[in-house]
Amino acid sequence: MLGVFGSHVDRETREIALRVGRTSRSRIGDALFVHVTRVFALLVLLAVVGILVSLTIGAWPALHKFGFGFLVSSQWNPVTKTFGALVPIFGTLITSFIAMLIAIPVSFGIALFITELAPVWLKRPVGTAIELLAAIPSIIYGMWGLFVFAPLFSAHVQPWVTEHLGGWPIVGALFQGPPMGIGIFTAGLILAIMVIPFIASVMRDVFEVVPPLLRESAYGLGATTWEVVRGVVLPYTKIGVIGGIMLGLGRALGETMAVTFVIGNAHRISPSLFMPGATISSILANEFTEADGRIYTSSLLAVGLILFLITFIVLALAKLLLLRLTAQEGRRA
Amino acid sequence: MRSSAAATRLYRRRRFVNALNLGASVLATAFGLFWLVWLLWTLVSHGYQWINLDLFTLPTPPPGSAGGLSNAIVGSLMLTGVGVAIGTPVGVLAGTYLSEFARASRLASVVRFVNDVLLSAPSILIGVFIYNIAVVTMGHFSGWAGGLALALIVIPVVVRTTEDMLRLVPDSLREAAAALGAPRWRVVLVIVYRAARAGILTGVLLAVARISGETAPLLFTALNNQFWSTNMGQPMANLPVVIFQFAMSPYKDWHHLAWAGALLITFTILILNIIARILVRTRKTGH
Amino acid sequence: MEPETLLSADRVASVEPGTASAGAAPVRAPRPVPERSGNDTLGPQTGPDARSDVKIRVRGLNFHYGKFQALHDISLEIRERYVTAFIGPSGCGKTTLLRAFNRIYELYPDQRASGEVILDGENILDPRQDLNLLRARIGMVFQKPTPFPMSIYDNIAFGVRLYERLSRTRMGERVEWALRKAALWGEVKDKLKQTGTQLSGGQQQRLCIARAIAVKPEVLLLDEPASALDPISTAHIEELLDELKKDYTIVIVTHNMQQAARVSDYTAFMYLGKLIEFSATDRIFTNPQRKETEDYISGRYG
Repeated sequence: MLGVFGSHVDRETREIALRVGRTSRSRIGDALFVHVTRVFALLVLLAVVGILVSLTIGAWPALHKFGFGFLVSSQWNPVTKTFGALVPIFGTLITSFIAMLIAIPVSFGIALFITELAPVWLKRPVGTAIELLAAIPSIIYGMWGLFVFAPLFSAHVQPWVTEHLGGWPIVGALFQGPPMGIGIFTAGLILAIMVIPFIASVMRDVFEVVPPLLRESAYGLGATTWEVVRGVVLPYTKIGVIGGIMLGLGRALGETMAVTFVIGNAHRISPSLFMPGATISSILANEFTEADGRIYTSSLLAVGLILFLITFIVLALAKLLLLRLTAQEGRRA
Repeated sequence: MRSSAAATRLYRRRRFVNALNLGASVLATAFGLFWLVWLLWTLVSHGYQWINLDLFTLPTPPPGSAGGLSNAIVGSLMLTGVGVAIGTPVGVLAGTYLSEFARASRLASVVRFVNDVLLSAPSILIGVFIYNIAVVTMGHFSGWAGGLALALIVIPVVVRTTEDMLRLVPDSLREAAAALGAPRWRVVLVIVYRAARAGILTGVLLAVARISGETAPLLFTALNNQFWSTNMGQPMANLPVVIFQFAMSPYKDWHHLAWAGALLITFTILILNIIARILVRTRKTGH
Repeated sequence: MEPETLLSADRVASVEPGTASAGAAPVRAPRPVPERSGNDTLGPQTGPDARSDVKIRVRGLNFHYGKFQALHDISLEIRERYVTAFIGPSGCGKTTLLRAFNRIYELYPDQRASGEVILDGENILDPRQDLNLLRARIGMVFQKPTPFPMSIYDNIAFGVRLYERLSRTRMGERVEWALRKAALWGEVKDKLKQTGTQLSGGQQQRLCIARAIAVKPEVLLLDEPASALDPISTAHIEELLDELKKDYTIVIVTHNMQQAARVSDYTAFMYLGKLIEFSATDRIFTNPQRKETEDYISGRYG
């Protein structure tokens, strides 16, 4: 990696030296300015590398002690000092999965409404309102979820669902348990609301890049709005849509405070969506400052490292897809 | 040829499918807006009666006695100030490098990607990172560590907007300044920054909005402080962590303070967002 | 771009006899610039004043955008205190040639020029040349007006402040002088503190001309300065050129032949990156020597 940067910097420096020369004051000023801005650009790089390195160093004792078993063990026992990451990994993935299940169709509906249906005067207010959902701090979502949503949910929705669906074979297991209001499902729902604005705004943006001519020719054939969206807009933008979904997924995976409020913080995997659980970020928020002992802290850092890697991969995929969309547009243009 | 009755049936079916899906789209929008309204209504209805002068003048109380959030408000302002003071210059200069000097280079695309990683990295991991490098080294939690963690959140936002906004400045303006004999650094500092200042300011405002509600990165860095303190070298009270701890507590009056703080913080952020939007819009119409 | 532009060096040389440059091999050893005599004549042979001083002497100039060669072995001379126009169909390289005179192309990493552009005996393509000092000596006005996002006064003072430390009063005088020269003073003297972007298009372009002459350059380069303007503003600018050539050497790029005929003393016709014909403007338009020139001025290129 360093080699790549090295040769690049050399070429650029030579170019700048050629262009800027050596003697006059303005030349020195120019060279200085370029180098200063580059140092700060490299600082950004350094920060991310720093996060990765410090997490890896911190996680090393736990990874060394538990080995591969760390990933598949559901043990989390500070007393016996045995730790495994399965419960928080499971919790993180399942809450994000529920969030995506809700957020994708809703975001699609919102983007469709804003780009194809809403009258012009309504487009901007609705778009702004949806984006404001993203501006509300996550701690507010958490408080609202714990104090307002959960009591209503446990009093009015949960008993009904458990009674009517809880008895069904297989599926029923998902909806059993005491109506507490908090738990995996509530966390997933709140995550959904939090990521809707991210996914919806990417979808809206990519829908808007569909060339008007393409849209018009489909309408010209007598297609309905829905047929134009299904047949022209979605196929044209599918890579971008998936990229937007990945961005939202990245958000959901790493979200901390809202989940910490409503997940219930239980170190076990239960089949029911109404039971409490834990996610990587919630156990970090709850236990990091209280962790005593090297292995305990190290295990927490190890789950943090896993979270970083998961979000990194999801984001890299999202970027790759969105880049491909731009390249594709460039070709068509 | 299809019989006309069949054609009509098919057309009806198509219209029905269309109406069904468009109806679903309207419902989805209503669903999204419903939560926004509910959230804001909750904040106002739970928080407004606890907004009073004491909130701004008294420090956080022990359970059972009167108090306010003055130390947390001041702490939040100081932490945000430090975060922006460190993050803005770093972000603006790094964004300048990407836009002005390294547009298509490989280093630029690496930095751009890494910046996006930082932008969407879970903020709690940024807290853990600063804990490892600052809190562990200093031996205790401190305002400086909190400010540093917030700066790491500010930087990617500012880098991104700075680069985008500088790229909107037409090259003809750079050429015109260079053609007068202005050195490159002067072209950037005097002409390009000036042309893009509303956009850059928007980026900084959005970054402020983002960090004023951030809780996770402060949990392990600034922590909290029961008392009035403006010492950045010591643990520091701040609104998000106070709201978190008070809301999770069993005490009613702490809950009230938490709601009041939540109302305060959310409306500050919404106002910042709206100002930023207006700035962007005037900039667009100004050209 | 058309493949025809990528001709080999031999063919370039073979189509370049006569009044245009004496196309020699693209790479030539540095040697003293010969005095004009015999076949080696680079400049226009006829004109209002064939013996006036040469301000800029171009020799064997080649220009590349990345791998694409945009100029092929251009040689010509620009006379001091006359207006020289570059004409030709779009993509012929006339703007590229102009942009070599102040090396503004250096803002973009993949553009490069080779050959010689000699300003007062000094090769400005020499890598040791101080670009900023060079550009202070050669002013430029662009196709579209480029007012800086600052007041009218500061727009003009910006360039002056780069190289001169003037008192408030002296600066005020300089701003007024430049605006008067650009025939804008009467329209803006009461609103010098307003931003330049609030002016009309024609006024903005005259502001840019004022800004360029405020630093007292020796040469003024104009790249289709009226292409984005209405006829009345265009007329203003053309009158201005007539006035300015008393003090400055002016090079103007235009796609408008009538404009070239109206404002210039010498005209260079370019086609596909090559200089086809260079002569006194009257002669180019009344008695062109080359078929390509004739075709172009009679409108056969479309």
